This record gives sequence, structure tokens and C-alpha cells, in this order.
Amino acid sequence: MKHLLSLRETSREDILYLLDTAVAFREILARPVKKVPTLRGRAMVTLFYENSTRTRTSFEMAAKIMSAEAINIAVAQSSVAKGESLKDTLLTVQALKADCIVLRHSASGAAQFAADHLGIPVINAGDGRHEHPTQGLLDMLTIRHHKGDLQGLTVAIVGDILHSRVARSNLWGLTRMGANVRFVGPRTLLPPDADKLPVQIFDDLRAGLEGADVVNVLRLQTERMEKGLLPSLREYSRLFGVSVKSLKAAKPDVLVLHPGPMNRGVEISADVADGAQGVRSAIEEQVTNGVAIRMAALYVLMGAQGAPAPEG
Amino acid sequence: MRLILAGGRVVDPSQNVDREADLLIENGSIVNIVNVGEADGGAERIDVRGLCVTPGLIDIHVHLREPGFEYKEDIESGTRAAAAGGFTRVCCMPNTNPAIDTAAVVRQILERAEQVGSARVHPIGAATRAMEGDQLTEMAELQAAGAVAISDDAFPLQHADTVRHVMEYCVMLGLPLMTHNEDKRLTEKGAMNEGYTATVMGIPGMPRIAEDIAVARNILLAKLTGCRLHLLHISTAGTVELLRRAKAEGAPVTGEACPHHWTLTDEACNGYHTDAKMNPPLRTQEDIEAIKEGLADGTIDCIVTDHAPHAGYEKEREFEAAPFGILGLETSFPLVYTTLVKPGLLSLSQAIAKMTVNAARVMGFPEGVGTLRAGAAADVAVFDLDKKWTVDRNLVQSKSKNTPFHGMNVEGKASFTVVGGRVIRLTDGAQ
Repeated sequence: MKHLLSLRETSREDILYLLDTAVAFREILARPVKKVPTLRGRAMVTLFYENSTRTRTSFEMAAKIMSAEAINIAVAQSSVAKGESLKDTLLTVQALKADCIVLRHSASGAAQFAADHLGIPVINAGDGRHEHPTQGLLDMLTIRHHKGDLQGLTVAIVGDILHSRVARSNLWGLTRMGANVRFVGPRTLLPPDADKLPVQIFDDLRAGLEGADVVNVLRLQTERMEKGLLPSLREYSRLFGVSVKSLKAAKPDVLVLHPGPMNRGVEISADVADGAQGVRSAIEEQVTNGVAIRMAALYVLMGAQGAPAPEG
Repeated sequence: MRLILAGGRVVDPSQNVDREADLLIENGSIVNIVNVGEADGGAERIDVRGLCVTPGLIDIHVHLREPGFEYKEDIESGTRAAAAGGFTRVCCMPNTNPAIDTAAVVRQILERAEQVGSARVHPIGAATRAMEGDQLTEMAELQAAGAVAISDDAFPLQHADTVRHVMEYCVMLGLPLMTHNEDKRLTEKGAMNEGYTATVMGIPGMPRIAEDIAVARNILLAKLTGCRLHLLHISTAGTVELLRRAKAEGAPVTGEACPHHWTLTDEACNGYHTDAKMNPPLRTQEDIEAIKEGLADGTIDCIVTDHAPHAGYEKEREFEAAPFGILGLETSFPLVYTTLVKPGLLSLSQAIAKMTVNAARVMGFPEGVGTLRAGAAADVAVFDLDKKWTVDRNLVQSKSKNTPFHGMNVEGKASFTVVGGRVIRLTDGAQ
């Protein structure tokens, strides 16, 4: 593996390698002293063109636990604000002798663009509507932890599929590992030609959740209403909000995921979010697994050659 | 001053000629097509045995970028690219800076073409001031200065009332209106064809229906006003069918297609290749079949390039941020010959007709344009049909290199052109 750009282009073997490596790193996160020398002397640069405290912090945490330097370039304050092109910014970061770039960008394909122009590893931390591979991996790690194996599971992804890179990364990763994926959402938020993807499509929540092993609830961007894609949040919540009641259609041991940040009372009810009333919600665990997955990605791309192998 | 193009295969669809002959030129005009060896007497002879002699190609849809965007292309380089492709006459779109929305800009382009052009240039006037879609341009003055048509290319008119009023003025002046057909609300933020490939790439799509709806509206308005409507760069099966029906009803509508729209699908965008990004976008195999059928049955009148140069750094960007448009002039004839003529979809004569006399008719050019008839201006193209070559972006005459056909093997290449009796022979950029 030279880069981590998309799960669509990641082999089953590489996905398994990343997941298994993350399991080993999760041990380190449970220790009282969370520091290993694995990536000492390496430098990771996070270059974020979209705001994201959560994903950026997760990468920083992962790098620091493994003793790598973690440098964040706040794009709004950088020369990008002076009109510098993405290519020039990337080349500058590389010339600063970064060992790895973690890129988030609003344009689909931005990570591929970076990989095409750079000689150092690129990790896609979300590009437009395209993919968010570390999110897909951490979701798979969380599911595997609870369900043992991904093969044959039915995973319903509910919400704004059209604009979601999380949905696409989940789709390609999960189907590669043998799971069945469903997209559930209003027709205005399903992508064109979705029926040609290896998914089942539902515009009815109850039918979409029927017999599901896992429900992955997507965040609803509230500006979708203004674009005329939704009549109201209230109606959306009634039709597609995941609640204790709507989960009754799923398997009794259904696992609920959410990439965060949540709009409680819109796409997910508060009791489901909090795991009340016997609901198995793994939303906080996803955050911890996110650090483990990013440690694994940094290790595999920056340090697997010549660096000590993870313990455990 | 006499010039003989001796012994070539002369193909002139305007008079159903396709035979080996000598073409005799005198004082910038065609004298005659005569049997091989019959032309003689104090003339410069160019031996074109084994080559194909046609009327100079006409491209009624190019972007020469001057004034305002000379770093992409200018009239000198753009007409050199035209000559390298066998074109002797091009019509340039008004989305320059300033736009071709005043007589002064029309005159400036014509003067510049006169000075540095390797092909004849006809400016197309903007439909609205600064191409903003609101206030009409002074079309009569544009026409008096030399504009040959009116267009909204690159900034499609969104409001039916504006289209109607522009058409009414075009009728009054006898000018064709060339429309870029796109409902912008349906393509907002779009950067490629809407469909499976865009969904997987995560690129906002431009649905085919956005073109079809605008075409249908513009055809209805053309029927209402009687305006000669020309549909630019047809990219969808829906447009081909709407045009076919409009013609059957006798509506004053014509249409054109670009080689990329029948040779590539949206899958060429995979990998976020910005050289496969243009507007209208590359579509699907179904659209390709429909366009080829439309070309074969005469629904689509002419072939153009929509030659749209952009600087390297402009295309070397995030796919969604890169500008729309690709080069066309130097690959058009080879693509037509390789993908339409060689497979037998069009005869050579039919293909040449769509690049000469048909284009002249669409524009309402005088009788002597797009033909090798006696008395016509001596605008001629000479092709080596047997030449097999590989498209190389580094060997183009254009200032820019944005072609998706780089590396493609094609057949047929222009050897030289004649413009008003003047021989224009270009060597590859690298030589």
C-alpha cells in the first residue's frame, strides 16, 4: 500500500491487514501510558480544507501516540487564502519534508490528485462526496468487534446517501468483505444510478431496516432543506429518523452506528444515541476505534518498513 | 498567379465530385476541376497524387480566446491549429474578455485575423451584454461590423422571454441563433454527466434532461418566432430525437456534434481526468449511438470542434474546480475519418459535407463558401488519408495541450491548406 485513497480501490487483503493492525493498536489505547516509539522521527501533516475537529484530532492523537510529529496546516490562515493552488500547497508541504499527508478537501478526487503529484503517502481524510476510507474502516472495525465477522451481515445505511462519502466508503469496504449493504433514504437524497451499485435501495425506513444486523445512521446536513431536497427536518425525522420504534424492524441485537456529529432528534433519537432501552449503540466506541484505525494507517503507510512491529 | 493541385482525389460534396483530377486556382479563386494532366500553362504545380483535395474545412464553433485570454490561445495560434487540422474558416464564440458584445470587438478580431490569421475568422456576437443573460446586445451593429451569428455559448440563456426577444431580433436581421442548451438549475455545481460514473466518483452530475429541456424550449420558441435556430454541441439521445422531430415538422432548426461526444463516454473522466471535462459533458454509449445515427441520417447537419483551449495549470486542478473544455481543431478530421468514415458510417463525401458545405448553409454563408465551384474563393484542404499517426499533445499548434485524445492512434492528417490561393503548410510543433 502506497496511499489510502479509497476503499473501492483497496483489496480485501489490505483491508484485513489494516483492521488486524488496528486491533493490535487498540491495546495501546487501553494502557495508562499511551505512547510507543513506533513512528519516532516521522512527520505527519494534516491539511484540512474543511472544518473537522473530530477527524483531525483523531489523526493527531494517532500520530502522537506513535511518537510521530503531527503538524496541522490550518488552511484558512495559510497561503491558500492568498490564492495558492492545491498543487502548489501540496508540493510545499512535501518540500517541508513531511513523511505523510492527511488531506481533507471539499472536492471529490482531491486525495487522488495529491497522490498523482506527490512522492509521499497520502491518506484521504474525506474528499467531497467521494470517500472517507478511515471512517469506513473504523465502522468495519466496530462492526467486526461486535459481530465477529462481516461476511453475510446486512448493514443498512440510512440518510443523505447522495452527499455522503461515508456511505460510499462503507459500501465498497463492506461489500468487499462479504456484507450486504442497503441504502435507505428519501429519493431526493439517493445518488443517480444507485441501482447500478452493489446495494439494495429503500425509500421506506421500515422496509430498509427489516432484518438488519447493523444500522449506520448518517448525519443530515440541515442546509439540504434550503436546496429544496427536503420539506422539513420535522417530516424527515418522522419518515427517516432512527428511533427505538423503527429499530423494532431490525434484528433484536442490531448494532447502531453514527459517524457524528449527531443531530439528536433529527436523524437519530436521543435514546438510540445514548443506547437506552436496550439499544446497542457503539457511537463512542467508533471514536476510539477511529484512533486505532488511523494508527494502523499511519503505521502501514509511514513506518511498516524498518519500524518495529506493533506489540500484541 | 496560377496554382495547380495536381493529381489528387478531389472530393467536393457541393457538386458531387469524387474523382482524381487537377484543381486549378488563379488569383485566389477556383478556376476549375479538370482531368489529370489537362491543366497547364505557367502555373506553380503542387503534386498531390495519393492525397485527398477537399474544400477547406469550416468549423463554426471554436473559442479563439482573444481578446482577454491570450495565455490560453490567440487568433494567431488558434488559426494555426485550424490550418494544421485542414480548416480554412472558423467562427469564434463570443465568450472573450471583453465579450464580443460590441462592434468594436468584432472589428478588432477581424483586423487581427487579417494580420496574423492562418485561416479566415468570423466572429459570433453575444446575445446579451457581457453575456449576462439580461440586456440584448446591439445586434444590428454587431452584424454590420461582421458578426455572422448570435450565440449564448458558455452562458446559456435561462429565461424564455430573453430567448424569445433575441430570436425576434435575429429574425429581423436574418441571423441564426446558436444556442448552448442547458437548464442551469438542473446542472448546478455539476462537473460531469450525471450517472453511475459520477456517483462512484462523487462528482455532482449534469443530467442529460437539462439539455433536452432547454432544446425543447428553444425549438418551441424558434417555431413561434421563425428564428433560424442552431443547436450547439449536441450530446444527448434526447436532443437528437427532438431535432429529428422538429425537422420533420419543418421547423427552422439545425444541429451540430463534436467528435468527443461520439468517441468518448463519461468513463473517460475516471481518475479525475480534467482533460475529459467539457460542457456539455461526455455522456453514455446510448448517446453515442444516437449521435452517430443522427449524423448518418442527416438529422445532425454539421461537425464542429468546440475547440476550447485552457492553460495547463488551469486544468491541473481538482476536477470540480477545473474549467470546462478541450482542444479540437487538430484532431477533428482524423477522428471523423477514423471513427465515422473508415467504419463505413459516413462516406468520405458525406463527412466532408458536414465539415464544409453543410456548415456554410447553417450559417447562411454565400454560395461560394464551402465549395470548389468555379469562381469560389480558393479555400482548399489537402489530406493524407493513409497517414497513421498518434495524437501527441506536445506537438500541437495550439498554445494549450488539453486534449483527451493524447496517445490515441488515428488515421488521416491534413497536409496543407490553401486560403484565398495562399498555401499554408505547417510542420509539427516539435520540428
